[in-house]
Amino acid sequence: MLGYIGTRVLLVLPTLFGVTLVTFVLTYILPGNPALVKAGPLATPQHIAEMERRMGLDQPMAVQYWRYVRGLAHGDLGESHTTGRPVLEDLLQRVPATLELTLAALAVALVIGIPLGVVAAVRRDGWVDHLSRLLGVGGVAMPTFWTGLLALYVFFYALGVAPPPLGRLATGITPPPRITGLLTIDALVAMDGRALASALHQLALPALVLGFSVMAPLTRMVRATMLEVLESDYIKAAWAAGLPRRTVIYGDALRNCMIPVITLLGVVFGFLMAGNVVVESVFAWPGIGNYAVAAMMSKDSGPIQSFVLFVGVVYVFVNLAVDLVYGLVDPRIRLR
Amino acid sequence: MSTLAYASADEAPARRSAAALLWRRLSRNVMSLAALGVLAAVALTALAAPVILPYDPDAPDAERTLEAPGRRHWLGTDLYGRDQLTRIVYAGRVDLLVAVEATAIALSLGAALGAVAGYRGGWIDQVLMRIIDTIQAFPSFILAMGIAAALGNSVTNIVIAIAITHVPIYGRLIRGEMLRIRETEYAEAARTVGNRRRRIIFYHLLPNCFPPVVVQATLAMGFAILTVAALSYIGLGIRPPTSEWGAMTAEGASYIVSGEWWIFVFPGLAIMATVLSFNLLGDALRDVLDPRMKGV
Repeated sequence: MLGYIGTRVLLVLPTLFGVTLVTFVLTYILPGNPALVKAGPLATPQHIAEMERRMGLDQPMAVQYWRYVRGLAHGDLGESHTTGRPVLEDLLQRVPATLELTLAALAVALVIGIPLGVVAAVRRDGWVDHLSRLLGVGGVAMPTFWTGLLALYVFFYALGVAPPPLGRLATGITPPPRITGLLTIDALVAMDGRALASALHQLALPALVLGFSVMAPLTRMVRATMLEVLESDYIKAAWAAGLPRRTVIYGDALRNCMIPVITLLGVVFGFLMAGNVVVESVFAWPGIGNYAVAAMMSKDSGPIQSFVLFVGVVYVFVNLAVDLVYGLVDPRIRLR
Repeated sequence: MSTLAYASADEAPARRSAAALLWRRLSRNVMSLAALGVLAAVALTALAAPVILPYDPDAPDAERTLEAPGRRHWLGTDLYGRDQLTRIVYAGRVDLLVAVEATAIALSLGAALGAVAGYRGGWIDQVLMRIIDTIQAFPSFILAMGIAAALGNSVTNIVIAIAITHVPIYGRLIRGEMLRIRETEYAEAARTVGNRRRRIIFYHLLPNCFPPVVVQATLAMGFAILTVAALSYIGLGIRPPTSEWGAMTAEGASYIVSGEWWIFVFPGLAIMATVLSFNLLGDALRDVLDPRMKGV
């Protein structure tokens, strides 16, 4: 087991090297010369050359890459031309909003998606099964930004039950003292009922939309594995032993369906991050996805590449965690 | 595919061309026929747009701005009085073309990488697969965003961005197939008679990786369209006045508060119908070409 963990953790290093190499190329090698941008539109060729020298852009590639990585290690992600602040500060300030939305969406996807898959498998070809298939086919074909706009139109404009899509708290509500940055948690800790209600109210629609966008693969996986597991001998033995239906399905069978679901979580996280960008943009949610989109609007490429790097690095560690948990729950993996 | 139909007399001589066989099997499935119909409709109307549509996609009409769907404008008009149906049909050109080009580039690159990696093995395989791993170390949409933002705002750069992020799909698939195929007897035979390696890989073996690749490429087309649309929704890539489904949806977003729903609903519907059709067609092709995967 320790050997497995060790190998898997070591494998992170080459991946991180690859990730930083890609973002380095995207930031420095491709057009949009940073010296040109920094020197401004009126700069003379001499001025630009001077700027290139000062920024180390005339150095060999390897030297430049080394400086880049060393900068990253010290938390230097450059500066945003739009906010005029270090990108790292901007990102850290916005991470809690994204984290809260992502976790809520994941909860939505798991809480609705898994039981849906179970029922679809247990009552094969029943109406729930047909519904899950419809979701599986239709859900993945709907662009997330469109689902978001439809939800806004129905629940905000037509029915008036959802708040306007303007961030994490209704206007006039004082945010609770910042502890975790997750407004719902902070409001709970501060026992601030008004802030909690407002935070939940604002969170509900974007979380549902984002959760819906990743639900289909989860449901599909649970259904497929469940069908397989229900045919297995140990489930037949459990039925034969006269165990209650609920125990067999949700106890014995579902537990074995969780292993493929865990492996899927890495992919789901990737989809969630992609979905975050558009959902945050639809709901004006002040997270890192929205930050990247805003940077794009003002042609500020530094923050975009830092966002790509940030998501890439988090993704690497999420996949590491998924693999480690997988090795933990499925001993066969370790023996390979 | 019932065994009964399979054994029927008219199919017994295995002389039919692969395409004819494929069509026979696909046409038995109502869903895949419908999907083919939708895709054909989108592609044909996009091609024939100037002939069949009475409006110009970019011609404003100050008299008829923000008109709800009706007899004159079936899907309504936008802020400038432009006909929405016309714009959606023209937008189909951009979306389909980007998806086709990106898939073609990704497929060619992925096939070359995967075939060489799988056939040669050893350090070449190691190096090529690490490159693919690195691309896959990012969520694909996020990387596409980064590439498109770095290269600059244009349709070509969106194609490049999507192509790069789709290379691993084909690279991995073809490498896997190659590992299997290179051990077969006909591969051995091709080596024995003294063919050159390049000829063996690309002429004798690669075509046999085709079936699963067709399935993947069909499914990836849908994914590519979703990516183009999302990229241009957030403001990357396609610039007005060129119409594109995602960009049109983004324009419609500002009219939600005033209730002009038709501006954002219909372009999104076009995306969904097209992507859905690619997915259904891909699933049907999988059932036909790769029966082992049926029902997964």
